[in-house]
Amino acid sequence: MKVLVCISNVPDTTSKINFSNEDTTFDTNGVQFIINPNDEFGLTRAIWFQQKNQATVTVVTVGDNSSEPILRKCLAIGADKAIRVDIKPQDGFSVAEELKEICSKDKYDLIICGRESIDYNGGMVPGMLAQMLGIPFVTNCISLDLDQDKIIAKREIDGGIEKVSCSLPIVVGGQKGLVEESDLIIPNMRGIMQARQKPLEVFKSCSSESKSEINKFQKPPLKEGVKFVDPENLDELITLLHNEANVI
Amino acid sequence: MSIVVYTECQNGEFKKNAFEALSYGKQISKDTKQTLIAISINAKDPSILSNYGVEKIISIHNHSLDQFTAQNYANTISQYAKEENVKILVMSSSADSRYIAPLIAVKLNAGLASNVISKPLTYKPLTLKRSCFTNKAYNHTLMKGEINIICVSNNSFGITKSKSEPKIIAADKFSKNDQIKVEAIDRLSGSVSIADADIVISGGRGLKGPENWHLIENLASTLGAATACSKPVSDMGWRPHSEHVGQTGKPVASDLYIAIGVSGAIQHLAGINASKIKVVINNDPEAPFFKAADYGVVGDAFDVVPRLTEKLKAFKNKQ
Repeated sequence: MKVLVCISNVPDTTSKINFSNEDTTFDTNGVQFIINPNDEFGLTRAIWFQQKNQATVTVVTVGDNSSEPILRKCLAIGADKAIRVDIKPQDGFSVAEELKEICSKDKYDLIICGRESIDYNGGMVPGMLAQMLGIPFVTNCISLDLDQDKIIAKREIDGGIEKVSCSLPIVVGGQKGLVEESDLIIPNMRGIMQARQKPLEVFKSCSSESKSEINKFQKPPLKEGVKFVDPENLDELITLLHNEANVI
Repeated sequence: MSIVVYTECQNGEFKKNAFEALSYGKQISKDTKQTLIAISINAKDPSILSNYGVEKIISIHNHSLDQFTAQNYANTISQYAKEENVKILVMSSSADSRYIAPLIAVKLNAGLASNVISKPLTYKPLTLKRSCFTNKAYNHTLMKGEINIICVSNNSFGITKSKSEPKIIAADKFSKNDQIKVEAIDRLSGSVSIADADIVISGGRGLKGPENWHLIENLASTLGAATACSKPVSDMGWRPHSEHVGQTGKPVASDLYIAIGVSGAIQHLAGINASKIKVVINNDPEAPFFKAADYGVVGDAFDVVPRLTEKLKAFKNKQ
């Protein structure tokens, strides 16, 4: 089985978000980049398929060479091969087009993406990729198992959990639950050394056109100060929530 | 050319976000003078939509659509939107809508913007205000599709009513696709889901253990609220992952968010930022959450929460 894991390079969750060039560009100064958490759960799940089902795991990202460190990290975690499409990502549509191109070069049985990236939160790429490839898409996945040539997945829905089955090939949008936080693999020295020898291929962009572009960023207005209520006077809190905030 | 809104139902009843999406569509149709059309799937009473200014309702009924599956719903919506010569398709940001919107976008060769939080900034060209970095910032996005799809963030635009007398057109055809089979659905009975809740009560490590969660649950049931938790709480297995809110968990956009014993890590604050009113109860006056709160109570949760619950019960009974 061949597994492709799509990786986004995103600012660490603790990053302060700032903008430069008159608020048109995300300011990467002092920002630590990480594997998008939703993608990392998927990568770890893929490595388990590699260990138990002899799957080969390829990771791919769309980005300039500043995204190579996280690809090396994926290799150190255990991926067999990495691919980078050399273009700064424009929007969900064009990234999905680039990934479709990669999927046409090699046939993958299982394509795992994160449900959404934690930077732009678009949640568009996995579904678009599946539709472009004409294969099924299952998102918000919290468990994934292989049953011969079928996938059994559990996914979170509003107010419950849905169990679905589907034959391969398929695109999956994953999240925490695919593996637990404690299952995430921290690269060891051996992994890091091996990663240096593993292939990291760079492909040119197929230069698809984007369907949207961001032309300005804005930070939310600063919050007014908190109103403290004496714990001995909780009636006041209820009055405030009822009369001032109108929420109860 | 038309503005088409997908109005989502659950068990035949319209969801609240259907009315919000339709209100959003009405705003665009007013501003651009295009026809407003709603698509509903297996709605028991589509005429309810006449309260939101819609001119035409395509009411699709087919038992094969009783069960939501992404491919069938995406096929149906794109097929009927195309027939209506759609220019802008408006959807909600529910889990189902976010699931199918990218599929529809490819089928219609349309631009797609999720997390849209206000009416369009401009129409020619179409620019939209969207949240990003999990609500730590907004951006202005220029849409370049011939057709564009807008997913409106929950509880961001609001619901506005306006009476109309729509044509209701019954339909039943769609192109079926059964590649994905739903084997089972496990609904958490009796509880309110975080996505649909007007009020969310959230507990953190300050509650000291899962055995104390009755404090959260009692307060939640008094207010008809959903229960949620911080990341450490779900990581330690005190509560299910489905309750984890924050940057890597679920986003919350409720009217009222009450955080109890949650210190307010930056990732948590990002996830709940879209909520309108935040109340923080914490015994540490230095907890970072107070900086993001509207109302704060510095006190011991084990003392404050039961008393607050009793007082709210009395308040609710009086109303």
